[in-house]
Amino acid sequence: MPGKLKAKIVAGRHLPVMDRASDLTDAFVEVKFGNTTFKTDVYPKSLNPQWNSEWFKFEVDDEDLQDEPLQITVLDHDTYSANDAIGKVYIDIDPLLCSEAATVISGWLPIYDTIHGIRGEINVLVKVDLFNDLNRFRQSSCGVKFFCTTSIPRCYRAIMVHGFVEELVVNEDPEYQWIDRIRTPRASNEARQRLIFLMSGELQRKIGLKVLEMGGNAVVGYLQCFDLEGESGLVVRAIGTACTLEKISSTLPATATHPSNSSPSKDMKDSPQAAPSTLGCRSTHSSPVHSASSRLSQGFSVSVPTLLFAGMGSGGSAGKEGGPLKALLRQQTQSALEQREYPFFTLAAFPPGFLLHVGGVVSARSVKLLDRIHNPDEPETRDAWWEEIRQEIKSHAKALGCHAVVGYSESTSICEEVCILSASGTAAILSSRFMQDGPLDTEHRFEEVVSPGCGFCHIPYDELNIPFPAQLTYCYCCRRYKVPDVLFTTIDLPTEANVTGKGCLIQARLCRTKKKAQGEGNATVISNLLPFLEYELHTQLMNKLKLRGMNALFGLRIQISVGETMLLGLASATGVYLTALPSPGGIQIAGKTPSDITYEQHISNMQKKINDTIAKNKELYEINPPEVVEEIIGSPIPEPRQRSRLFRSQSESSDEVSELDLSHGKKDAFVLEIDDTDAVEDIHALLTDSPTPAGFYSCNTEIMPGIQNWTSAIQMFTSVRVFRLNANLTNQGLNKIFSDLCENLLKSLYFKLRSMVPCCLCHLNFTVAIPEDELIQVAVTAVAMSFDKEQLLENGKQSGEKTLIKAITENDEQLQFNLELNAETSAPNPLSSPKGLSEVGSHLSARASSVDYSSFADRCSSWIEQLKLKAHTIRRGSVKTTSSMEKASPLPEGRSRSLRSNRSYSGSSVAVVKMTPLSFIPGAKIIKYLGIINMFFIRETTSLREEGGVSGFLHTFIAEVFAMVRAHVAALGGNAVVSYSMKECVFMENPNKNQAQCLINVSGDAVMFVRESELESTSVQTQSATTHTSNGAEGT
Amino acid sequence: MSVELDVFVGNTTIMDKEVYQLWLNGYTVNDAVKVRIEGGVMEECEASAEVLLSDTMDQYRTFQMCERLLHHPAKLANQLLFQIPPDRQAMLIERYYAFDDSFVREVLGKKLSKGTKKDLDDVSTKTGITLKSCRRQFDNFKRVFKVVEELKGPLVENIRQHFLLPDQLARDYAAIVFFANNRFETGKKKLHYLTFQDFAFCAGQLINNWTLGAVDNIMEDMDVDLDKEFLQELKDLKILITDKDLLDQHKSLVCTALRGKTNVFNEMEANFKNLSRGLVNIAAKLINAKDVRDFFIDLVEKFIEPCRSDKWTSIDVNLYLTHYTNSVHILDTFKHHAVWTRYMGVIKSCILRMYHD
Repeated sequence: MPGKLKAKIVAGRHLPVMDRASDLTDAFVEVKFGNTTFKTDVYPKSLNPQWNSEWFKFEVDDEDLQDEPLQITVLDHDTYSANDAIGKVYIDIDPLLCSEAATVISGWLPIYDTIHGIRGEINVLVKVDLFNDLNRFRQSSCGVKFFCTTSIPRCYRAIMVHGFVEELVVNEDPEYQWIDRIRTPRASNEARQRLIFLMSGELQRKIGLKVLEMGGNAVVGYLQCFDLEGESGLVVRAIGTACTLEKISSTLPATATHPSNSSPSKDMKDSPQAAPSTLGCRSTHSSPVHSASSRLSQGFSVSVPTLLFAGMGSGGSAGKEGGPLKALLRQQTQSALEQREYPFFTLAAFPPGFLLHVGGVVSARSVKLLDRIHNPDEPETRDAWWEEIRQEIKSHAKALGCHAVVGYSESTSICEEVCILSASGTAAILSSRFMQDGPLDTEHRFEEVVSPGCGFCHIPYDELNIPFPAQLTYCYCCRRYKVPDVLFTTIDLPTEANVTGKGCLIQARLCRTKKKAQGEGNATVISNLLPFLEYELHTQLMNKLKLRGMNALFGLRIQISVGETMLLGLASATGVYLTALPSPGGIQIAGKTPSDITYEQHISNMQKKINDTIAKNKELYEINPPEVVEEIIGSPIPEPRQRSRLFRSQSESSDEVSELDLSHGKKDAFVLEIDDTDAVEDIHALLTDSPTPAGFYSCNTEIMPGIQNWTSAIQMFTSVRVFRLNANLTNQGLNKIFSDLCENLLKSLYFKLRSMVPCCLCHLNFTVAIPEDELIQVAVTAVAMSFDKEQLLENGKQSGEKTLIKAITENDEQLQFNLELNAETSAPNPLSSPKGLSEVGSHLSARASSVDYSSFADRCSSWIEQLKLKAHTIRRGSVKTTSSMEKASPLPEGRSRSLRSNRSYSGSSVAVVKMTPLSFIPGAKIIKYLGIINMFFIRETTSLREEGGVSGFLHTFIAEVFAMVRAHVAALGGNAVVSYSMKECVFMENPNKNQAQCLINVSGDAVMFVRESELESTSVQTQSATTHTSNGAEGT
Repeated sequence: MSVELDVFVGNTTIMDKEVYQLWLNGYTVNDAVKVRIEGGVMEECEASAEVLLSDTMDQYRTFQMCERLLHHPAKLANQLLFQIPPDRQAMLIERYYAFDDSFVREVLGKKLSKGTKKDLDDVSTKTGITLKSCRRQFDNFKRVFKVVEELKGPLVENIRQHFLLPDQLARDYAAIVFFANNRFETGKKKLHYLTFQDFAFCAGQLINNWTLGAVDNIMEDMDVDLDKEFLQELKDLKILITDKDLLDQHKSLVCTALRGKTNVFNEMEANFKNLSRGLVNIAAKLINAKDVRDFFIDLVEKFIEPCRSDKWTSIDVNLYLTHYTNSVHILDTFKHHAVWTRYMGVIKSCILRMYHD
């Protein structure tokens, strides 16, 4: 009996009137956990009952504690007939099972009914007494922390990153059981809500077990999804990254439990599985409640040849058979399959020094047929499907010369019986320092590690053996290594990256009609369409990127949604200009039929428009690449042409000219041939994207390069639109409608948020769906954050300095990691560093290194030896600290220092809970993670008109979901949700019957934060105190 | 092709003050969009009419969802559905309960019944205020009335606490409730020149001086009804006009005091008995509920109009009323000094407030 759950029902308020005669309610409460139920007394004739119950105690296994929610039902007592349910509250106990999270759940929680929505609130107290269970065969995984955040959580430090964990559980969907015909919609909805609660609890527990097996204590980047497969079942699946985290405490000296050089160094390039052997676990299938219920099967399966986006060559016209399609075929088949583990990471941002090189985006899609065949012996189909896809991803990564995939995610789109499974990520090479190999990965690293501002851009693959056509140049920062001309990734922009100007949201939108078909035929049609869809999305992205004068995409997310008569593709990413990469060429239009003069004119008009747009965009996004190139010309760097046979004909110097001159006729310009109406449309589409209004910026990543001085004003929002199409639209018509839909939605957002200007819409997350024929649904969740305009200009430098200074004070904590890097780092050419930072950076870092070294030297002789060893092998063996730059990664406090003057909000009677899809809150410091929030709600109505139509219905529901999230966070003792996301919003309507139903799944991390301004005085003191103590402690 | 569904929900509920006012004023969505376009918000923010329509619809929906809470403003502060900063909450409430003076003049003193509500379309046509807005204002009056009717303690304070209204607005509501409860006649043609604020001022005087709560500080008493005992005692003042000696004595005292101090002395002297009779008769009749209703019309007919036709200035009126009130205390046979003071204090300030064109 390893756990005792205690619950106390205190009071209710704002209850609905259940007795029309008296306008009052006789309420009582049932508290249920597992199969045990307790009841409170009836509190007669009140809408604000005070039960003040005893403590209800449940003695349960911790396994149950993890799986089951505490279920609280409020009822109206009725002497003569059955008691009427007022509503329910499900409480996830999980946060209480972890010592570092919440200790008690206490507060007002909304009472929710799937038909009536929120009906008053109930005040409860919940506690858990856990007894230690040392049973090694236990099935529970209490204590493993879960984070939705896709980076190392703010108040933790990663000791070790173990790797990929995944799991899925399957069950029959209660909505499709026979009993659903005779029970009420309410009963059916509640059965579904409860089942999903149970399944996600079980899923989390199983993932936790795997993490424990791997020796970790936390899952970061936890992503849980539902597949509502209809007749064939309900799948809940999750992926995440197992880590060993250590809380950064302000009192204890920082101790890094480095695994001492146990395993020998490996060449990561040659063995992609250099990552620990425990990396990844096989998924064990199970269906928790009804084991016989899963009749999922695979009648049909097509794996679509996937694209591989990396630095795709931009030269020449974009022929249909172009590079990417055949790109991976070459290297794909080799070794991959015998490996069962996946070197995948759901993280999108990394501890400093973890991410070494980025290859490009790898993605895989597969079309499957959900077939209901009655063969319970084949329950592992889903696992097999995903395994297939992951293998594919792995081999793609390998083709790019990478041993790992970061920013990894999986998704599905289901229409009737067809299901598209998708996975994507970014091929990368990671430092082994957070893996079990330990830090002593020597020689190989030496050439690899360069200045962090550009290092990740350097190609990981062999330039003589590029898997796809690409133009390589020498890095514009360090001039030492090769970089591609464009870089696409799914991760966040690394904080240390050198970026010129600002970024912006770039979307490619595509709609393709398809014939109605059934079964295999349908699946075939879809899988035939997919490659074209992806190709066109890619072309669009590339065009739009160039139109903005940028050369890299971050946070790329491609969503393909399938309907009965069409396919939708939406690719969103944040475009930036990476200083390390060459300036993108312009876009040139070429006509095929040169005879006509008016036609020529037309073309030149368009060309002019495009050139104007590019120039305007460069100005808008402040893209003025530093002209360091000239200074370097005399440097002893070999001419690229001699080295690379794959190089295109133009030389670097022509690139430089292009920076100044946007004229057409440039050799490397991206040529669009207008040979058919399609292309004309494409160009029009290119130019119809309206620029963001003045004062607004937008991105779909965590942070926006070039903006750092955020104020504390943030506004998270969700917006949903459903658009009804006319029948018989052409592809082009559809495209335009879809594109307009997205554009208009953005415009509306800008208008709504105009009071926050200057502001940036961060983490703009679009999801598209085709809820039924002729309907397109677009949902957006994002956060608008205001920033200070005055400091905008000087900000870059200032914050840079601040972070550097900060880094020095905090350097000690990090030193164990840094030192090896320091030693390895060959000094980057100072001239090639970005302007503002270079001097400051080198100056400060020099100081830092000397300080650090001296305080450190006598502490750890082994490191010294290591250093010496390295010193011999380093070509230009100066010990130089670049760590100060790297340290800038997790929300540099220096950044928000300028915000001290922020007014603090006066409290109201309901605690304010902030919500944000980002992993941080500007101007504040997260001091505690209270646990994961993962909630699933169903709302249904049979009086749609009375509730204000579909918009009124959904508006209320979303507001209710927000309210419930906030209330649960507040009950855990938190004041914010970070990494919030709405993962599912399934809306179905039947206006003729006056009915509608909606399912929403949201998740995030409940946290407690303190304003930097409140913290400021104390923190500075403790901060310095900490460094001192840690110095002292470790020095002895 | 149409937008089937369009919602925007912020973690902090976004509310545009301008749109809120349009909603309160009862504009339809389309009219509101027109007004906004004319207001130039489009140029300011590079928006299109489509965007404006979407935003307006969305805001209207939000306001409708909030309306239920605004009926019980205290709930707004501890509800969980909308996260609204406190200053915004105060703004929402204040504006929701704000009313048009021209509207309130139409219903002031009327019974807040279904019948009156049915006549609101006439009011709407007459005042040019949309029917929707009229209904909201009327319902607000009725809601406040219903809540405070049964409550004990000071009226203004009750209103302020239950509806979280700012002080001035709470006072206005107190006046409205007070007028509705006592059914004062305010609609007669002769009273048309009076503004709501005139009446509200008078109501304040009456509440503060003539109700039970005014004399006793006992919280159990209600401010809504006039002090019956006091009204009864007012009958005793009749002696001032029925006793010929007293009347003459009173007149000579006032005349002595005013001689040479006013340009209308002769008119005053000639009219003294009439005016005095008028005021004392009003006092004596107040015990009848029907005559309470005619209180203001009586003041105008019996005092204000005669003075006005004799071209008294308000300084004259003030002077006259001061001496008229004070000299009674010198009359040796008169015993009801307290009642007289309590009565005349209110009468004097009411008349002074009402004495304008």
